[in-house]
Amino acid sequence: MPIAPPPARLLHPLHGVLLAWPVALFPAALLSDITYLQTAEIQWTNFSAWLITGALMMGAPVLLWAIVDALRVRHIGARRRHRLYLLLLAPMWIIGFVNALQHSSDGWSSVGTTGLTLSSLSAALALAAGWIAHGGYREYRP
Amino acid sequence: MTIRFLFATAATLALAACGGSRADIDQTGARPDLPDQRQTLLPPMKIATPEGWNGEQPIAPAGFTVTALATDLKVPRQLLVLPNGDILVAEGSGGSAPTLRPKDVIAGYIKGLGKTPVKGGNQITLLRDADGDGKAELRTAFITGLNAPYGLAYVDGNIYVAAQDALLRFPYRDGMTRITLRGQEITKLPGRVNHHWTKALTAGPDGSKLYVGIGSNSNVGERGLAIEEDRAVIWEVDRQTGAHRIYASGIRNPTALAIHPQTRALWAVVNERDELGPLLVPDYMTAVRPGAFYGWPYSYWGQNIDPRVHPQKPDMVRRAIRPDYALGSHVAALGISFPAGQGLGRGFIDGVFVGQHGSWNRQDLAGYKVVWIPFANGRPAGKPQDFLTGFIKGDHARGRPVGVTYDPISGALLVADDLSNTVWRINRRER
Repeated sequence: MPIAPPPARLLHPLHGVLLAWPVALFPAALLSDITYLQTAEIQWTNFSAWLITGALMMGAPVLLWAIVDALRVRHIGARRRHRLYLLLLAPMWIIGFVNALQHSSDGWSSVGTTGLTLSSLSAALALAAGWIAHGGYREYRP
Repeated sequence: MTIRFLFATAATLALAACGGSRADIDQTGARPDLPDQRQTLLPPMKIATPEGWNGEQPIAPAGFTVTALATDLKVPRQLLVLPNGDILVAEGSGGSAPTLRPKDVIAGYIKGLGKTPVKGGNQITLLRDADGDGKAELRTAFITGLNAPYGLAYVDGNIYVAAQDALLRFPYRDGMTRITLRGQEITKLPGRVNHHWTKALTAGPDGSKLYVGIGSNSNVGERGLAIEEDRAVIWEVDRQTGAHRIYASGIRNPTALAIHPQTRALWAVVNERDELGPLLVPDYMTAVRPGAFYGWPYSYWGQNIDPRVHPQKPDMVRRAIRPDYALGSHVAALGISFPAGQGLGRGFIDGVFVGQHGSWNRQDLAGYKVVWIPFANGRPAGKPQDFLTGFIKGDHARGRPVGVTYDPISGALLVADDLSNTVWRINRRER
């Protein structure tokens, strides 16, 4: 019985390493937002602001790379997967950017319902993008 | 790439969040209109980038001449006229606020676009215009090696300098042009972080007390409230012992102080908070009531609550009193001076000059001028009138007024300009 080949990899390893940042930092920002809302200790909203900024900085090349991949890859199965990945990654970055502005407000206004919602969305999208990115895909045999 | 994109997007959003003056809103006088708060993703911003005077000058009312008493100073802030007519200029730049958020990096860069590239002198320069032509022939480095000097006062043979971390005394004899002795420290001043570093200073009416304006360490408490102890206050300091007490509190950034020549009351100009919209919160001028609480950070203009402070303190808000006279939102009043005697002549005898450094937090540039506010019976009695204008040309700033000081000896008004690094002198034209 022939051994099934391992699932094909979606991402270049460097792309995977860069993606790790938003996947880790957006959820971390959500946690520090929650902590700020519970404690009103200003350091937690400052943490969130840096975490979101870090996620955006490292997320920018990831997003560009994902756009290039989605346009360039010809293989049907891979392309479908790439497009789904981009569909999660792009809103993650855009929502994260709006959230960075929200977090630049002063004091209690830096988080609030809006900040918490945006943090939750970008965290969820980052995790989903990571899941899709590392999930591999099935080769179609001609 | 990312940075450029961030800035481009920021600029677009700022335009979307645009805002400025409205015909139906009057924000000067005892009862300013206060529109609803408008917190936006990006605050409305407009920075007037510097441009040279190119031979032109600020514009005074008809009948007055303007001369540059001194140019090429090192960031002049506040002024003092000595008994013999010599003029002292405090030059410096202070503050050591660490970057706590990404915002600090970006906001610092943006606001820096509207400032002089010259490094603060950390000194006091003496100017002498013996022939009275409005140009100082003698100019000396009077006191050097200071830590961001700002407020100046003269009492009884001593010059007092409010540096950003200490109040210093220098013994002075008439005619001195240089002091090399180290100043005697009367008292330390709150100097940590120094988000608002300028320490305003004036002597009380009988000379036994000095009043020091100490600005807040944040816009509205976003560095935490622990660092706001002894901030946003005016201290009353005993001139002999250096003992101090809090004379007024909740007074966000009292940037200049003066004693009214008849009533002997202490007046302050105060800069209020940013980022609640282009028309909040009006900066103000007020007679400082002993023991009063002016609301910062919990509320503004009396009991208007600021939602950015958490937890809120309703008991403090209840105590907050309204200031006397609004000057307009974001005008950044940094100078106050009451003329004495005959002042600057008819129309400019009973009242006050206020120097306005100018705004960043609104789309229409506000301030960037010196106004005159008429008084009657020791109280403001009319709307601000433009006295010295022309600091803005197109989208550029040619100068930004800081300290204003009436010179009782020449009968002129002196204006420090920390963008073109000039001290302007405005006097009645000779008949």
